[in-house]
Amino acid sequence: MRPSTEPQPRTSGVALPPDPIIRFENVSKNWGTNHVLKSLNFDVAPGEKVSIIGPSGSGKTTILRILMTLETPSEGKVTVDGDTLWDVSLGQKVRETRQLRETRKKIGMVFQQFNLFPHMTAMENIIEAPIHVLGMNKAEARERAAELLNLVGLGKHMNHTPPQMSGGQQQRVAIARALAMRPKVLLFDEPTSALDPELIGEVLNVIRNLAHTTDMTMLMVTHEMRFAEEISDRVVMFDNGAAVESGPPAQIFKDPQQERTRSFLRAVLQH
Amino acid sequence: MNAVIEYAPLLWQGLLTTLTVTVLGGALCLVVAFAAGLARLSRHRILRWPAGVFIEVFRGTSLLVQMFWLFFALPFFGIQLHPLTAAVLALGLNEGAYAAEVVRGAIASRAKGQTEACIALGMEPALRLRRIIIPQSIPAMLPPFGNVMVDLLKNTSLVSLVTVADLTFSAQMIRSTTGQTTAIFTTILVMYFVLSYLLTLLTAWLEKRFALDRKALTLQRKENILMKVGAA
Amino acid sequence: MIWDNAFAISILPILLQGLWTTVHITVVGTLLAAGLGLVFAVLRRLAIPVLSKVIAFLVVFVRGTPLLVQAYVAFFVLPSYGISFDALTTGIVVIGVNYSAYMAEVYRSGIQGVSKGQWEAATALSLPGTRTWGRIVLPQAIRTVVPMLGNYLIQMFKDSAVLSAITVVELMATAQAIGSSNFRYLEPLTLAALLFLAVSYPASRLVNRLERRYAPQH
Repeated sequence: MRPSTEPQPRTSGVALPPDPIIRFENVSKNWGTNHVLKSLNFDVAPGEKVSIIGPSGSGKTTILRILMTLETPSEGKVTVDGDTLWDVSLGQKVRETRQLRETRKKIGMVFQQFNLFPHMTAMENIIEAPIHVLGMNKAEARERAAELLNLVGLGKHMNHTPPQMSGGQQQRVAIARALAMRPKVLLFDEPTSALDPELIGEVLNVIRNLAHTTDMTMLMVTHEMRFAEEISDRVVMFDNGAAVESGPPAQIFKDPQQERTRSFLRAVLQH
Repeated sequence: MNAVIEYAPLLWQGLLTTLTVTVLGGALCLVVAFAAGLARLSRHRILRWPAGVFIEVFRGTSLLVQMFWLFFALPFFGIQLHPLTAAVLALGLNEGAYAAEVVRGAIASRAKGQTEACIALGMEPALRLRRIIIPQSIPAMLPPFGNVMVDLLKNTSLVSLVTVADLTFSAQMIRSTTGQTTAIFTTILVMYFVLSYLLTLLTAWLEKRFALDRKALTLQRKENILMKVGAA
Repeated sequence: MIWDNAFAISILPILLQGLWTTVHITVVGTLLAAGLGLVFAVLRRLAIPVLSKVIAFLVVFVRGTPLLVQAYVAFFVLPSYGISFDALTTGIVVIGVNYSAYMAEVYRSGIQGVSKGQWEAATALSLPGTRTWGRIVLPQAIRTVVPMLGNYLIQMFKDSAVLSAITVVELMATAQAIGSSNFRYLEPLTLAALLFLAVSYPASRLVNRLERRYAPQH
């Protein structure tokens, strides 16, 4: 395990804290009268691995979906790597802007339901966006895709289509597909929730590897508490549209400060 | 049966015309279907609205009225169409309006996750449609497209009413000269039936060819159900 | 001025009369199609040796051939075998039989949709066949069929224009007759189109709403 606690300011010549790669400022999201996020303030440092835990409907997934521009915040400002992704006060429309598209390329996402393209093979799934979005040439894209498939342990499955693969294999291809875009930030939306129990391990192994070997920023919504404890630099407990508690895994899991965190962990760790 | 044999060349000519009208009408129908169907899904009102009006008008009135209008009423605006042109235009636009709804429905019912995956990969709307959403929607479009094409084939018989010498027109001519009504009409009924049947076989073959494979479709359905549960 | 307004207004009453005949054909034709379709569907399901096969083929055959040619057969061929009615009756029967082939398919899928458990429960209660069909199966099957019936009604309303070819004086034939006797086709044909639209568009909106309301809950 990596010796990491609270993300420390990197001690360089100048004693400035690193600029956060992700910053939520007073972000709210309302569905009618339902407040999914309540004026959230939330920073993630470059390279940080953050797990978000909490009961269903607490707004965890909404954070990822706003970052991936799949949903629009109702209020507030979101910046990614110094670029403004959303700024509701500026009257930014739901409409796509050029800047939003450019910023979005720095972010990748792994979905609960994999969302592989069912009419394409594993290889085609992975090279699709590098070729047509980044303009990479085909040979280069294929070479890189083959490396990535090896990385997730599916080198022999490049010509299989999603229906021919197990859920665990599909999710590993989905991870390779996201990595092919070389994102600075990778989002995981409950990546193992749709899997049969015996397939969860293979997917967690791939994510664990990534967490330990890359300096990509990772933000993960998960129900796998042991896993979150093992790979995260920081764990954030969410409830009712707000961050209840945030801290290093040792603190959250061994010595939670908030009663809500304690009761949640009691409930999920009981079995 | 004598009349049928004696007039076989005329029937053959009629059959060729029927096939020509079907192929030309079918091609126009496909173009119209995708143009109007996609316009109907557009974010821009300026595309969505005219497409909606077109679809409702052509689905809301009779094909025969449309064909007659193009042939008999358009000359009052100084436009005299060749009967074959008017016939193909009416068939293509009318069946195209029905097929446009097929395109719209098939694309609109695509699992939301596919669009989200495209967005997460930075794919822009046009690319999403062309590479991911339309190819995936083809299997769902094929069976209803097959029905539209069979309808189009049968409706080509109406072109005989604007003096295009198709199979039905030839049969009417042979009937009025020979009076062998039963033999002639039985013959062309069988010919139409065989053509429809061949179209059905073609559709079935295409369906098999383009199937995403049954398991993939089950997955999609499961995903749709999950999305519904999630949204509730 | 291309459009002659006075002329258009003068022909409107006759066109409305034609529209009335079109509606008449549609209503009677739909009732006929709904009844015949049900009979065909049940007969097919009963698997009576030759009859069910013959009906299955007839349904496919009628669906695979043009309505216009079917109308010609009824109008020109049947009289030579001593079967003849006036044009209107012939027209209604032809379109009714044509649509019954489509309705039969709708009923068939409705009947198939009734779960096996319903049949088994009826058997377990020793219900006689007529009772099983009449009180258990058909009421459940027809529920799912009703919205489709509405769609076919609207479709038949528009298709009935084809019957003008066998001298049935409905809306389309009226418009044509006005056109050829006045050498002005623009007004009668445009008005005919508008009248078709004025009835079928609101009707299809209504059917859509009913469909959504009575959609089976999954």
